[in-house]
Amino acid sequence: MPEAERVGEVIEASTTALTAQCYELYEIPPLGSLVKTGDSSAELYAIVYNAATTSLEPGRRPIARGKDETSEEAIYRSSPQLTKLLRSEFGAVVVGHKEGDRLYHHLPPQPARIHSFVYQCSPQEVREFGKSFDFLNILLNASLPVPAEELVSAALRQMSRAHKDPRAFLVAAGKELAILLSGNLNQLKAILGRIKQ
Amino acid sequence: MSERLGIVVSGSLGKGMEVKLDSSASIEDMAVGRFVTIEGAKRRFFGMISEVSLGMTDQRLALTPPDIADPFIAEVLAGTSTFGTLHVSPTLVIGGDAESLLEGPQPVKTVPSHFSVVNLASERDVELVFGSEDAKRFFIGNPLDMETKLCLDLEEFVKRSNGIFGKSGTGKTFLTRILLIGMLQKSQAVNLVFDMHNEYGWEGSSEKGTKVKGLKQLFPSRVAVFTLDEENSRHRQVKTDFAVKIGYDEIEPADISLLRQTLNLTEQATEAVYRLRQRFGKDWLSQTLETRESEETRTLLDELDIHESTFQNLRRGLATIQRLPFIEPKPPTNAVKAILEHLDRGTNVVLEFGRYRDITAYILVANMLSRRIYAQYQERMEKAMAEDTTRPTPLVITIEEAHKFLNPEVASQTIFSTIAREMRKYNVTLLVIDQRPSGIDSEVMSQMGTKITCLLDNERDIDSVLAGVSGRNELKSVLAKLAAKRQALVFGHAVPMPVAFQPREYGSAESYRGFSERGKAGTKEDIEKLWE
Repeated sequence: MPEAERVGEVIEASTTALTAQCYELYEIPPLGSLVKTGDSSAELYAIVYNAATTSLEPGRRPIARGKDETSEEAIYRSSPQLTKLLRSEFGAVVVGHKEGDRLYHHLPPQPARIHSFVYQCSPQEVREFGKSFDFLNILLNASLPVPAEELVSAALRQMSRAHKDPRAFLVAAGKELAILLSGNLNQLKAILGRIKQ
Repeated sequence: MSERLGIVVSGSLGKGMEVKLDSSASIEDMAVGRFVTIEGAKRRFFGMISEVSLGMTDQRLALTPPDIADPFIAEVLAGTSTFGTLHVSPTLVIGGDAESLLEGPQPVKTVPSHFSVVNLASERDVELVFGSEDAKRFFIGNPLDMETKLCLDLEEFVKRSNGIFGKSGTGKTFLTRILLIGMLQKSQAVNLVFDMHNEYGWEGSSEKGTKVKGLKQLFPSRVAVFTLDEENSRHRQVKTDFAVKIGYDEIEPADISLLRQTLNLTEQATEAVYRLRQRFGKDWLSQTLETRESEETRTLLDELDIHESTFQNLRRGLATIQRLPFIEPKPPTNAVKAILEHLDRGTNVVLEFGRYRDITAYILVANMLSRRIYAQYQERMEKAMAEDTTRPTPLVITIEEAHKFLNPEVASQTIFSTIAREMRKYNVTLLVIDQRPSGIDSEVMSQMGTKITCLLDNERDIDSVLAGVSGRNELKSVLAKLAAKRQALVFGHAVPMPVAFQPREYGSAESYRGFSERGKAGTKEDIEKLWE
């Protein structure tokens, strides 16, 4: 198995969510992708729900610099300090954990530790995690700044890419959603509309 | 391999179970009348699909239907938000508890628990319920939409009186032929068939006009054809064994009262017959026909308190009987004795009526012969019981147009209602073939063990056939959906549960071979007996 890709470091953590800062500016894992953190004895799985790039100092807003430049890249070339003054960070909602060899699709007993590394999950890990759709319930019920249907559909689209037959995976997920959302047809329709291929 | 259909979601013993179909099972593949098994936690249940319907979790879906043109959405919603439901009536327990393991399928007394898995019944399950062909069971056809053989326990079948019903042209005759062959091969009983239309003994014809072999052609050593009309039988090149003639002295007053309607006799005339019988004894018919108009006759009538016009009415009626060519003053042979001799040897007797197909001849002959044969059986049976010797061979009497004998008005006077009611006490039972079951006395209908019915569409006929059967309404819908030809519903004593079936083929060379191959065991025994 290739070394999992390290994408950042936890800077804020709670039982239900974590915030991580990326090591490189703009190298943010895509919305809805599955990330993991923690050591091999207790791993914690989370789905990226939000990302932001802001100034390092909260009071200091960036200013427009491109008036005399020809391209966007040229701005960063002429002011190399920018990559150090800005930072990218993302929020991920905790959807499960792994203890030893067992994967659980519910919240871990402890939140993530600050400064623990965050890795992007490999396709094989994604497939294994996607064997159960219990995480959908957590995503639908989490109160997040992004609409639940956007997050769920993004997560499913991301996960389907790791599968050999993405359509079969999405149909199975759709059926699970149809059961979960039997009382909320409009939300169901919105999600199905976003994941259909 | 069993095919999973869905799970039980609700229901009751009385109303049957509601089954939610899995998304993998297409509702369009389901059919009313199919057999399913329900795998309860402790018992296995066997039942039949009696209704198929559509359901949805949210009624708003019906108001704003989703875009089913998109196959993805259609696939996701099928079986989740929108689903099919089946109504299944469990009728038997086929495994799990000790009783059903030891004694075969048992009637249900409870229902499977929530979310029990429902499978399409496998061939093995159906075989477990309806049995496979063996020494006692006879293959009569296939359950609808299935390859499995439906077998009837003929030993049980002949223990009671039975009925075959159906509109004209639905295949009653073919079904009867199959059953007669079955009884010939698989049961100890012998048959006496009153063959009104000359269809069972020798060749008959199918609706397409092709010729169909009769019993005598298939089993020459075990069937004897008796005829009332030798000339007609000769014309049709039938090898007959006996020409039946009936003597005047064999006709009893009860035969005449049975014929009251067909002979157009008045109530008084039928009563007069009894008085004449009392006066003249056995010879009453010839004596009555010989009376001429004279003073003597008038005195006689006065003595017997018979009115002149009544007597004329009676004479006209009796003259109709006299004109029947097979009725003779002093016949040289004794038909009853000959029939009994054949029956005792285990030979089945088919009595052809030749050209005398009118109902007068049929009622007269069938009733008269049956009465005397029944009397003989009764005597022998009582003797056998008293002396503890072998009992007479069980006898099945097959009659057509049964509503003429067994309608409520005359049922009390015919021997057939006695046979139907007293059943097996004297080892004589009936096989009734009829197209108007509503015309048959309800008391007689209620005593029938097994009923086989082809399509019926008259409401009253359906009601009278299904009277007293549990799950009537469900059977009614099955009966009404039978095809007009070659489909029938069987229920009652000889089958563990009602089942719609397609009778096996009869009429092709292959089908004859099928019948005689299964008969081989019997023929072998016959040959062995010859060497003894």
